[in-house]
Amino acid sequence: MSGIRTGKLLAGKFHAGGLRLRTVGLRTVGLRTGRRRTGRPETGLVLAVLVIAVVVLWALVPGLFTAHDPIAGVPAEKLRAPDARHLFGTDAVGRDLFARVVHGSVHSLSGAFVAVTVGLLLGTLLGSLAGSAGGLLDDAIMRLVDVLLSVPGLLLALTVIILLGPGTVNVAIAVGVGSVAAFARLARSEVVRVRRTDYVEAAFGSGGRYPAVLWRHVLPNSLGPVVALAALQFGMAILAISTLGFLGYGAEPPTPEWGLLISEGRNYLATSWWLTTLPGAVVVAVVLAAGRISRSIGRGTE
Amino acid sequence: MARYLLLRTGQATLVLWAAFTTAYVLLQLLPGDSILIKFQNPELGLSPQQIAEIRARYDGGASPLAAYATTLLGFLRGDFGYSVDTGTPVVERLAEALPATATLAGAGFLLAVLIAVVIAFAAGYSRTSWIRGALLAVPSLFVSVPVFWLGILLIQVFSFRLGLVPVIGGSEIQQLILPVLTLAVPIAAPIAQILARSIDRVQAQPFVPVVAAKGASRWWILWRHVARNAALPALTVAGLTFGELIAGSVVTETVFGRNGIGRLTEQAVNAQDTPVMLAVVVLATVVFVVVNLAVDVLFPVLDPRLRTAVA
Repeated sequence: MSGIRTGKLLAGKFHAGGLRLRTVGLRTVGLRTGRRRTGRPETGLVLAVLVIAVVVLWALVPGLFTAHDPIAGVPAEKLRAPDARHLFGTDAVGRDLFARVVHGSVHSLSGAFVAVTVGLLLGTLLGSLAGSAGGLLDDAIMRLVDVLLSVPGLLLALTVIILLGPGTVNVAIAVGVGSVAAFARLARSEVVRVRRTDYVEAAFGSGGRYPAVLWRHVLPNSLGPVVALAALQFGMAILAISTLGFLGYGAEPPTPEWGLLISEGRNYLATSWWLTTLPGAVVVAVVLAAGRISRSIGRGTE
Repeated sequence: MARYLLLRTGQATLVLWAAFTTAYVLLQLLPGDSILIKFQNPELGLSPQQIAEIRARYDGGASPLAAYATTLLGFLRGDFGYSVDTGTPVVERLAEALPATATLAGAGFLLAVLIAVVIAFAAGYSRTSWIRGALLAVPSLFVSVPVFWLGILLIQVFSFRLGLVPVIGGSEIQQLILPVLTLAVPIAAPIAQILARSIDRVQAQPFVPVVAAKGASRWWILWRHVARNAALPALTVAGLTFGELIAGSVVTETVFGRNGIGRLTEQAVNAQDTPVMLAVVVLATVVFVVVNLAVDVLFPVLDPRLRTAVA
């Protein structure tokens, strides 16, 4: 009887809380880092959230941040060093680099979003299937995951690119396939963990059918670590997409994709440092921020 | 012990076989036909008949299953087929590219371990909290840096600004410095992270105050007692970084224009050269699996506490 009650309580508590996850992450960080509990969020985390917010805004309303055209250049103003008018300087055909970085964010972000979605859906599906089914199916799926883990990520992505051909969406899918294994492992371990809890047994005891219990109780309660991993993978996906863009498998040249920007800037290394340095610094900032947020979510839901 | 060895080797073999099969199937699904790409070029003036003949020479025109079996047996004998791009045996192309990459990856790995050890031990030794904090933040910075960008940055600073390393020419060693550094940074990050964490954990154990009470200095404790206990988790992670090491080589070789497996991979992707790609994927997986198998087997040798558990 008491098992049923706690089961409902716990499950109910979690249903309230898709949103809560994020705030919990913000509040409890101070505890583990040895700081006194002041209720004040850590500066690093605030910065990370700010960075992501700004980049998301870049993708949504680039016009707010720059008046320059990212594609059409002003030849008279080519290869200018950064100044007040051109925050990041200009490239070889006189395009404003800051405008290109701002307009390029949509490619990196949407690519990373697709990649994480692919990894999350496929991985969670495989992992929760393995975790709930057990037995032979569990073994088979997890051996497949082992194989995915033992092929280096970039080579796996390149294999998928050979198969699908280059292009923005294909690169995103290729990167997503690389993260399936991590999601599958986590989802499986979470499902196995939650399944053994009293409230899930209680849900079965009170007549719950398997798919319903999985959907209503097991999945929501395994969500925290999965969301933390998704945030981490989001940053890693941005890194991988820029790498593949740099190698030339992503967007086509006039597109201001971040990896491509750096690749184009390579020809002017000796004279124009800003062409490679600044877009790369933006990538580093975004990836760092995603990692920082992921760590907070991970701690908040432990 | 023998049973454990046999079991782990069997598992590793299974993973290798599955990896080969997965890569083979994926690459066979290819809609664009690499043979057509190469030989349908009108300049070559080949008739469809001749192309069919060439195709027969590449895959023998056998059933898919037979073709798979032939390829698998070939791999087991060390015959990886022929490169569609250049027509030379894949083994030859691999053998040409391997030494350069092995040097790069080996040196990169050693440097990464060195960087990781320095970071982790400095953090473990330091009592000043902001220095410690800064040192512990270094790994997450390292993993967030795109390898190709780091390489470009290093060329910019050391070759163009400071003129320390020549861009073109220079001795073999001079040419290796920047690529090795580029490769080492992302590899060092996870090792440093785990090592620092396990040093912390070991330092909290009761034997540490005991040794200190006997009069040992902090360096002595850290180096002689803590290090040995903290090294094992780091060893596991070091094994796992070999995948990243190979991937990093692909990017590093592209940035620095070095020939090697990475360049070969890039050419294979561009030319849809599936036999070469298959060989590269299998080679990388073999390295990864073998290294991690070795780590697993070494564990009981290095840590006496594990010996009884295994036997």
